[in-house]
Amino acid sequence: MMTLLQKPCFIQHMPLHTSISSTKMKGAVRKTWTNLLTVAQFGLKDPPYKLDALEPYISHRSLEVHWGKHHRGYLDNLNKQIEGTTLQGYTLEELIKVTYNNGNPMPAFSNAAQLILSRDLVTLLIWIHNSLLKMIWKRHKRFGTDMETQLKDWKQVWNHDFFWECMEPGGGKECTGEILEFIERDFKSYDMFLEEFKQAAATQFGSGWVWLVVKDRKLAVEKSTNAVNPLVWGHMPLLTLDVWEHSYYLDYQNRRADYISVFMDKLVSWEAVNCRLGRVKAFVNLREPAVPYT
Amino acid sequence: MALLASLRRTGGIGLKRGGLFTREIQSFSLPELSYEYSALEPVISGEIMSLHHQKHHQAYVTNYNKALEQLEEASANKNSEAIVSLQSAVKFNGGGHINHSVFWKNLAPVKEGGGEAPNGGLAKAIDTQFGSLNALIVKMNAVGAALQGSGWVWLGLNKDLKSLIVETTPNQDPLVTKGLLPLLGIDVWEHAYYLQYKNVRPDYLKNIWKVINWKYAEGVYEEAAKP
Repeated sequence: MMTLLQKPCFIQHMPLHTSISSTKMKGAVRKTWTNLLTVAQFGLKDPPYKLDALEPYISHRSLEVHWGKHHRGYLDNLNKQIEGTTLQGYTLEELIKVTYNNGNPMPAFSNAAQLILSRDLVTLLIWIHNSLLKMIWKRHKRFGTDMETQLKDWKQVWNHDFFWECMEPGGGKECTGEILEFIERDFKSYDMFLEEFKQAAATQFGSGWVWLVVKDRKLAVEKSTNAVNPLVWGHMPLLTLDVWEHSYYLDYQNRRADYISVFMDKLVSWEAVNCRLGRVKAFVNLREPAVPYT
Repeated sequence: MALLASLRRTGGIGLKRGGLFTREIQSFSLPELSYEYSALEPVISGEIMSLHHQKHHQAYVTNYNKALEQLEEASANKNSEAIVSLQSAVKFNGGGHINHSVFWKNLAPVKEGGGEAPNGGLAKAIDTQFGSLNALIVKMNAVGAALQGSGWVWLGLNKDLKSLIVETTPNQDPLVTKGLLPLLGIDVWEHAYYLQYKNVRPDYLKNIWKVINWKYAEGVYEEAAKP
């Protein structure tokens, strides 16, 4: 268990600007409830390795721009936009779903939910606290679409946090552990999974992401456009690859296929994927139930 | 063997009054630029122009031809599933070919008139409908910078209403999908500017007007105005 805590997915990363504050809301009812809300700004989470650690496969310069400019840019916009709004205090997963609006995304959505809260105890407590308040609060609150229209960067913040953790220096090791078992169950073999993943990544027209997800209790490969994240479809991401051009252009120019191969052969962290699989299993039973339903 | 090879390049042979005929599969090719790759510097680097033309546009052409070939075969076999599933590849690659073919003509080196303001009917229409050329540029830059992901920002013409519209299309969708004629298109895919401008798309948009070839847009506008 202790070793699990050291894995990227359990790393305690307190946001850089954590603060307890009350949101400034109009209306007496809102003030009552929101004064009790614990809210925090989101901080730019470091990748779990130095920016030059993925050389020569992803250059220092590339990560400097991808993390330091793109990811940071999404995050700065996110914080600016939620400050003092009713959406402050939402978890990112909730924000993604709200602004995705069942397939008619509000302008907010494209920035939304790219920042993931670390699954640490403090955050969990904050989440429980806020969720309970929100359940009561929702009856008195109306969502302003003006707030949501500003939350464009959220999804990209979540996606990038997730993406950095999918890679590790010296990665691309052989796929082992429980994930291999499920890959072989749901794709027939690792090679067939690899083929499908690479094909999806290569054929995502335009900007987007390719994912290994848990969907309907099985593993599946999915691709999404721009900043869409499988959470909005109720699927649970295990692995992702950014196929926006900015993620490979400085190192590979137009050669997306080379970038995809390098990611799978030299960078992917199956440890992180196994770790996430462990978390997903807390929510979803991926096998036949041991106790049959009556 | 040579006959078979040449037959493979065609759609097959058939009988027609007067004898055999072969059906050529239409094959598209990469258009040449009318200027050197480095001619648009410092606005767009030679490296970007060469990659953009020789790699990206060429890939669209190659894949477009491949998709058309597959479409031809699917049609011959009356394979509806294949015909329908090929549509996205045709739209993406064909659109990429259309859009980039217009784009190269939208640009010109400064010494060949790049950046010179339009005059004539188009200039008047711009002033009437947008207030001024500058207002149009500001609008297109704002719209182009706000475009999520990959796509194009266009100055398009509605032929019926004779009105100019600033419009965007996602990915490689050509402007015809919005029912407009393209006068001017700016590629805002990251490959169009990343090596030089990195994530700062607004700088790319601000600068590209220095090499925009308004003569081409004027030509298209005059042509469309003819009855």
